[in-house]
Amino acid sequence: MKRLAPQLLTLAAVIVLISLVFPGFLSVEFSNGRLVGAPIDILKRGAPVALLAIGMTLVIATRGIDLSVGAVMAICGAVAAWAIVGGHGLGAALGLALGAGMLCGIWNGLLVAAFGIQPIVATLILMVAGRGVAQLVTQGTILTFSHEGLAFLGSGSLLGVPVPALIWIAAGAVTGLIVRQTALGLLIEAVGVNPRASTLAGLNTRVLLVAVYLIAGLFAAIAGLIVTADIRGADANNTGLWLELDAILAVVIGGNSLLGGRFSILGSLLGAMIIQSINTGILLAGYPSEFNLVIKAGLVVVILMLQSPRLAQVFALPRRAPLARPKEAGE
Amino acid sequence: MDASPILSARGLNKGFPGTKALTDIDFDLRPGEVHALLGENGAGKSTLVKCLTGAMRRDSGTILLHGQPISPASTLEAQALGIGTVYQEVNLLANLTVAENLTLGRQPRRFGLVDRRAMKAEAEAMLAGYGLAINVNRDLGSYSVAVQQIVAIARAVALSGKVLILDEPTASLDAREVELLFGVVERLRAKGLGIIFISHFLDQVFRISDRLTVLRNGRLIATTEAAEVDRHRLIAMMLGRDLAAQEAAHAPAQLNDAPGMLSFRGCGRRGAVEPFDLEVRQGEVIGMAGLLGSGRTESAELLFGLSPRDTGEARDGDRPLSLASPREAIAAGFGFAPEDRKTDGIIADLSVRENIVLALQARRGWAKPIPRAEQTRLATDYIRQLDIRTPGPEKPVGLLSGGNQQKVILARWLAMNPRFLILDEPTRGIDVGAHAEILRLIRRLVAEGMSLLVISSELEELVAVSDRMIVLRDRRHVAELAGGGLTADRIVDAIAAGDAA
Repeated sequence: MKRLAPQLLTLAAVIVLISLVFPGFLSVEFSNGRLVGAPIDILKRGAPVALLAIGMTLVIATRGIDLSVGAVMAICGAVAAWAIVGGHGLGAALGLALGAGMLCGIWNGLLVAAFGIQPIVATLILMVAGRGVAQLVTQGTILTFSHEGLAFLGSGSLLGVPVPALIWIAAGAVTGLIVRQTALGLLIEAVGVNPRASTLAGLNTRVLLVAVYLIAGLFAAIAGLIVTADIRGADANNTGLWLELDAILAVVIGGNSLLGGRFSILGSLLGAMIIQSINTGILLAGYPSEFNLVIKAGLVVVILMLQSPRLAQVFALPRRAPLARPKEAGE
Repeated sequence: MDASPILSARGLNKGFPGTKALTDIDFDLRPGEVHALLGENGAGKSTLVKCLTGAMRRDSGTILLHGQPISPASTLEAQALGIGTVYQEVNLLANLTVAENLTLGRQPRRFGLVDRRAMKAEAEAMLAGYGLAINVNRDLGSYSVAVQQIVAIARAVALSGKVLILDEPTASLDAREVELLFGVVERLRAKGLGIIFISHFLDQVFRISDRLTVLRNGRLIATTEAAEVDRHRLIAMMLGRDLAAQEAAHAPAQLNDAPGMLSFRGCGRRGAVEPFDLEVRQGEVIGMAGLLGSGRTESAELLFGLSPRDTGEARDGDRPLSLASPREAIAAGFGFAPEDRKTDGIIADLSVRENIVLALQARRGWAKPIPRAEQTRLATDYIRQLDIRTPGPEKPVGLLSGGNQQKVILARWLAMNPRFLILDEPTRGIDVGAHAEILRLIRRLVAEGMSLLVISSELEELVAVSDRMIVLRDRRHVAELAGGGLTADRIVDAIAAGDAA
């Protein structure tokens, strides 16, 4: 927990800041069998970025990056809508969408792991081509549907809590558990820090790389399903647009290094919530919408500056400078 | 020729955490001489050069230029004093023109703008006398490495003009280009420059040098006229074989007659190492000796499946053995502690515990994690057994000293209980104490029945631990020595034989 103190403090600061501008921000009510209020809205609206951030954390931990997740969301949303409209049923729609997402992940993973293409270039291909694929699936239209089962994923609620919020919280918890209770986390970190030494130690570097891109694709598919279900239609052009960048930002705000290695999924999820709080807060504060992006950018710059190690050094110097170096360093 | 030295060092010392890089080095460079600096990797050549050029701060000692003490704090300052350096990788800008590179930082100006005509004239003047007919307005990158080297030399000479240091300038040149470069060096020598020449190619050293200085383990072994030393003695000095006591410790009578465990027939890889045969018996240490670049590391990487062989076969007893990747080699019971610990061995950001369990965990697969308590037990076990100096198992391994990092990698492999362990330069760059411990460990492992392949540039130490010795030269296994024939002298003979031809 101590490691995540900066993220928790940032989230608290953002919430306090919004509360100052919009006093009723933290109030939550129970009406019509649902929890209603800004915090609940943040948990729900933040679902796509939170889901993407989980996969992105693992990819970045291997010193990679996945720019294609936004486009993969569009593909998977389109596939789900196509399956529902075609009358194939909810099971087929979900299965096909998740399968498409994993296929996209495997494609990215193979480009990176087997062909040695730089991750930013490898995933750029699908980022650009992916929306084209999605448009082919929707045949250029916004593919709308009315299927309550699928819509439930985006706008339903369970015990008063929005389903998207439940999905990302569960996904985060399950992934976190799997990664830390098995050796997957250790192996991913090892590959991220030193791929060559990892190969020499007998790690199956290629399979691990494909696996993290596959996971990123899977979570992009879930995010795409949520967005598509929420608006009851697949919009190939706008589903997940620019969300890959928000996801990367969430990972970075979560305290993870783009250079790979040590990672924290919880940190990235906090990062996603910080971003969504800012988004929601700006809307609630009632600024004209044209201010949104600029204010958001300003806040992000402040957050990243507060987290920068150099700034921390400057402020920490007077107190901690004389700390004696541990003995083994001088050997 | 016996002029007073242009550049000299007295009692130079330089230490790094965990190791002493230079110990009491005296060095003299006379005007009008080419002085070769020789030694294996880690001998201290580049550290010496870096201290002379201010790229590194010396711990103690004096540097005199024309008898005046100097203390350059940067290569730029050394350059202003008259000491220029040209490295193996040309550190000029390939995307600028030759003229721009030559005049960079002091371009002639006219009305505040760069005067291209004056620049061209100046560049041509700088290159005059180097026998290069090139268009100085073309990009430097469009010329061969040899031409780039000469441009770099011209720039260094123009900026400094007294001392020129050439650090492995010929490493990527072909024979004709080397001659072109040597022509330039000879001309500069005739002009009275003092030239320090670092190279691994002994033929070239003998071809161009007037005097040579040999370093080993950061100590000065000898400075001598090039004409007064032969190839055999030079190699002996570089590899060191003067510890008679250590040799005596080796009992050559113990010939291991255990049946072969692993056998490699005609294994080779084009461009890396010629096909070779190797028989590995249980409980023996096979030494691998040869100069840098002779194919030692390449042989090890081939055996470990890191760079798969393209000819030959490997057998385990009477079963064929596939070694297409390190994973397969590890599954067959192999282990490999690589030469370059920092880039190939440790995972710096991970803890000592995680580094030790890594290979074991990789073999078990991600789904079967080693319980945390078991990991900690393994780590603390090996920390005690190998005397790894760390405050605890959770310390990031990158913060430990070189010797302790090496022990962590050894622990990683010992935890796997391999039957065939390859150690590439296991004692390089580590302090004397850790050195002796690693040699003791090698003996203990063999006594327990493990087979080892040890690659080392430290000849006397290699002779002391090995039962058999493979000698490499020019990417070829040229000799195998065992029993009474296994002496440092014979090894040096085998290495020198081909060079002389």
